[in-house]
Amino acid sequence: MLFTSYRFIFLLIILFITYYLIPKKYQWILLLIVSYLFYSLAGIKSLVYIMATTVSTYIISWKLNVLQTRQTDYLKQHKQELSREERKSYKAMMKGKQRKWLVLCLLFNFGILAVLKYTNFTFDNINSVLDLLNTDRKLPVLGLVLPLGISFYTFQTMGYIIDVYREKYSYEKNIFRLALFVSFFPQLVQGPISRFDDLKETLFEKHPYIAENISFGLQRILWGFFKKLVVADRMLIAVNTIVRNPDEFQGIYVVLGIFFYAITLYADFTGGIDIAIGIAQVLGIRLKENFERPYFSKSTTEYWRRWHITLGTWFKDYMFYPISVSKSMLNLSKKCRAKFGDEVGKRIPVYIASIVVWFTTGIWHGAAWNFIVWGLLNCLVILVSQELTPLYTKFHERFHVGHTFWYRLFQVGRTFWLMGLIRILDCYRDVGTTFRMYGTIITKMNIGELFNGGFMKLGLMLSDYMVLMVSVILLLIVSLLQRKGSVRRQLARKPLMIRYATYFIIFLAILIFGAYGVGYDSGQFIYSQF
Amino acid sequence: MEQIIKILSELHPDVDFETCDTLIDDKIIDSFDIVTIISELCDEFDITIPVEEIIPKNFNSAKALHAMVERLIEEE
Repeated sequence: MLFTSYRFIFLLIILFITYYLIPKKYQWILLLIVSYLFYSLAGIKSLVYIMATTVSTYIISWKLNVLQTRQTDYLKQHKQELSREERKSYKAMMKGKQRKWLVLCLLFNFGILAVLKYTNFTFDNINSVLDLLNTDRKLPVLGLVLPLGISFYTFQTMGYIIDVYREKYSYEKNIFRLALFVSFFPQLVQGPISRFDDLKETLFEKHPYIAENISFGLQRILWGFFKKLVVADRMLIAVNTIVRNPDEFQGIYVVLGIFFYAITLYADFTGGIDIAIGIAQVLGIRLKENFERPYFSKSTTEYWRRWHITLGTWFKDYMFYPISVSKSMLNLSKKCRAKFGDEVGKRIPVYIASIVVWFTTGIWHGAAWNFIVWGLLNCLVILVSQELTPLYTKFHERFHVGHTFWYRLFQVGRTFWLMGLIRILDCYRDVGTTFRMYGTIITKMNIGELFNGGFMKLGLMLSDYMVLMVSVILLLIVSLLQRKGSVRRQLARKPLMIRYATYFIIFLAILIFGAYGVGYDSGQFIYSQF
Repeated sequence: MEQIIKILSELHPDVDFETCDTLIDDKIIDSFDIVTIISELCDEFDITIPVEEIIPKNFNSAKALHAMVERLIEEE
């Protein structure tokens, strides 16, 4: 069920009313029921997978807690008699036991994700090799259906179990509460990927009716609908026309496709997150922000700090650091320092961890080579930028441009187009075609064609372009205003007439210009497919 | 403390590590820097810094890093 479907909006209205009418101590139970209802409407079979993740994580988190408690009690009881060495070796032995349980949990849950998501991709690649060997034997394509949001809830839940293992917080004793953390419906489709310690207070506490939460939450939902229905779904038509006909649309059309897809993905993903955070806010629950005006970033590293923040921090905390500061990696670094010098040696952990993280980020987005290449290209750009930093600093100092407005604008533009170039791999879904299209940007000089009826070949009419132009300017203005703080707060300080006129215009724009109508459900959110 | 300031200054010579206590909050050091700092600290003080110690509280200032190193030496 989509966030933008009639059924979902109906479910939401019923939920919002019921939520504030029932006794507050049952609010979280209602959320659990609605989350499971929401999930079952997306596919009843998928419930098995989310329940398997919840139950396995619960059992293992309980087991970890038993071991941790036993360790604390033992050390307390034998405080006097144990030597420092004995204490250390006991701790190491207990940590080893816990690690086995953690690995079991990770293998089981990432195993489910891997089997459902990557089996056909692996079989495809094996079949390609078999083709090269001229054998008739082929592995079958399996009819595996990827449950909604599995990549998101698996990552969120595995983050929880790692945190329990690291003793960042104690395990959740109530399995139903854990079930709500795993399945909380607004974040199930496309995140944000929450942390248990961020969410537990706000998710399970009693929520009184607070007018500001309702008003701000609804405004955020409205804004999300606007981005998704008016901007993303409309612009996607042009993107699809360009990328699905690569023989016809080359050169300047590829540039246009890159630009349009950047806007589409931004409006689609941030729109979905606005709806998720807005729904949670109406319920009095605070979800983490997932974006911080990413297209204003001046470098690739900064861009990845501001785009899909919760996934980035997940990879950083649970993959990048554990790999880069592991004993084996630091030993390898030491050996490399001795052999190749300090400069090379100290880079080894960062380089290896970055490559692993970006490869995984790529494959997390989809089981296809285009996503893997996308991830590795991002890694390459980040590492090259890192290496060139001293050169940039010298350049800025020499020409005194580092802090000038125009240079910063150049940096923003450079990052936007660089990320856009890499991101278009999502759309062509084929590495060879994407690189061929990159080539046509240089070889095919057809800019004139664009203004000679070219725009009208992309499935959009003049009125669509007008709507998009006004909407994108509006997105830009809102992003600029956000730099001064919450736009909703700024609007709340305006006179009543202006406030309500604004809400009404956005609502009307969604009704008139949105990809919406009787019996029509808008398209899937792009990130819900990941 | 001096050794820690030296390690940090080699990474960012322009920052006053004696006074700055927002190294993470103000994004002065990034994840690449953190890995380098950990590697240097492990070498310098012969300690192991477990991944769960990588939290803003421990990396926001030279003073916080010093406190973490002292605690880890004590625990080891």
